[in-house]
Amino acid sequence: MISDIEIEVLRLSLKIAGWAVLCSLPFAVGISFLLSRRRFPGRFLLDGIVHLPLVIPPVAVGYILLLVLGRQGVVGGWLYDVFGVTLVFSWQGAAVAAAVMAFPLMVRAIRLSLDSVDQKIEAAAQTLGASPLRVFLTITLPLIAPGILTGTVLAFARALGEFGATITFVSNIAGETRTLPIALYTLLQAPGSEDAALRIVGISIALALLALLASELLARRVARRLSGEPS
Amino acid sequence: MTRLSVDIQKHVGELQIAAEFESDVGGITALHGRSGTGKTSIVNMIAGLDTPDSGRITLGDLVLFDSNKGIDLPPHLRRIGYVFQEDRLFPHLTVRRNLLYGASRASHSDTVLNFDAVVDMLGIASLLDRQPHHLSGGEKQRVAIGRALLSGPEILLMDEPLVNLDMERRGEILPFIEKLRDATGIPVLYVSHATEEIIRLADIVVMISDGKSVAVGPVEDVMSRLDLRPLTGRYEAGAVLNVRVGEYSLDDGLSSLNFAGGALLVPQVDTPIGHDLRVRVRARDVSIALTPPHGISILNVFPGKILDMAETGTAQMDVLIDIALPGGIEPCPLWARITRRSATELKLETGLVVHALIKAVAIDRHSLGQ
Repeated sequence: MISDIEIEVLRLSLKIAGWAVLCSLPFAVGISFLLSRRRFPGRFLLDGIVHLPLVIPPVAVGYILLLVLGRQGVVGGWLYDVFGVTLVFSWQGAAVAAAVMAFPLMVRAIRLSLDSVDQKIEAAAQTLGASPLRVFLTITLPLIAPGILTGTVLAFARALGEFGATITFVSNIAGETRTLPIALYTLLQAPGSEDAALRIVGISIALALLALLASELLARRVARRLSGEPS
Repeated sequence: MTRLSVDIQKHVGELQIAAEFESDVGGITALHGRSGTGKTSIVNMIAGLDTPDSGRITLGDLVLFDSNKGIDLPPHLRRIGYVFQEDRLFPHLTVRRNLLYGASRASHSDTVLNFDAVVDMLGIASLLDRQPHHLSGGEKQRVAIGRALLSGPEILLMDEPLVNLDMERRGEILPFIEKLRDATGIPVLYVSHATEEIIRLADIVVMISDGKSVAVGPVEDVMSRLDLRPLTGRYEAGAVLNVRVGEYSLDDGLSSLNFAGGALLVPQVDTPIGHDLRVRVRARDVSIALTPPHGISILNVFPGKILDMAETGTAQMDVLIDIALPGGIEPCPLWARITRRSATELKLETGLVVHALIKAVAIDRHSLGQ
């Protein structure tokens, strides 16, 4: 029904997208908080940088990643010298590319829900003796859970479909960086693989539908919990 | 018992706030004044949610804010309970978890209240497992009061806690506020623009006008002062008498309230005999006769001497009469509002002895405070 190669591509795609979302989530929450609640010089610049991957060509993002994180790059060179880690041509590199591309979507969703949290409620928590950290963990975070969920699903979907930045930064290596869209692209380049390509399209659609269903169910549970009806 | 001492200044837009007062140690201190005069800003600065431009705030021995020494304690270290105009309950937590949110601070506080006792006192036992969302306005505000009490505060700030409730719900909450003062001993700073609430609840009144504390004193003094009349409100203007509940007559359903001017007969009050009450007698419910009247329906007639007279409108004036019994130590002022024509025809003047007439039915439940 589904071939070993297809399973490998699917597993790799899920692994890369999963790690991309998981690792960028804390940063997304932190940056959303900064952008939503703090007024500081350079806030506009930070906002712009976060949103950059949304508006410039993905290939350009991939190239910038290569310049910065490649073995010759400022950060990449340091990573290799100190830890012996290299991101180029590895699945970790693919996860970084996917994370960078999905980051703005995640930040936008979380920031929107942070903006809608009534800060008077947070002030009330402070007057009850809660430190700023405790207020954030026990009041703010639960109240923005729906936004975090939306942001995560959006980012996961974006990471699964990531192509341009990934292929530019980590190339197309079977079993290492060949995710669903890259596998599809590879098949379309080879004559006579139209059937195989269609199968990949089918898998992508099935995956997308599953993800949507899961997020819808989860969103309902969160909404129920917030409005206090029994779940 | 902790005394709150405030002396702060701040520019808020057009308003220049300059508040200086000390709270009553055991009872309810009221910040009273019209809407938009900076009352909420003052309590926010006391709670630490807003920063004064300059000044000093202390709670007992603890300095909360001192601009000279650069002290500005964050809100969570101030040990101040705050009941807001809106309930501000945490929507994602049950009533029980809302109530227990401040318990960790309360556990190392001197003012630990028993959870069940507070829940009992506020009548919210049946709501504990519900979500705030499903409560009525009055229930929410009771939970908010309980939540503040259970956080171990040394003083409780209440900023117009009744303003968003309808009349019926207000009547539902007021007794709880009286109860909490009597049962917990936690001093309360109560903000309100409603004269009724002030008379009923406050021991000390801090009059706020245009951001400034213009008068501080016992409620019966401040609310009776003529010079503060524009602030206390013309319609509600009147005197406050300290009375002790006397006997109740079964025959006609009247209670007798004893005070420095004699006995005031009013429709039955709920307060037990021997208890002290405050009664507000509005100026417009008092009239004046030169001689003791006969053949008249009014039961309460008190002889007294005119102390002062002031015009309060084009056609009317307020007359201040001391109705203390002969030999009384303290004066017992009462305000009467009459037309200027009556004043002229009766030839009223300062020093004249007259009779003040108060309609018994004018004193209702809303005129009483404990």
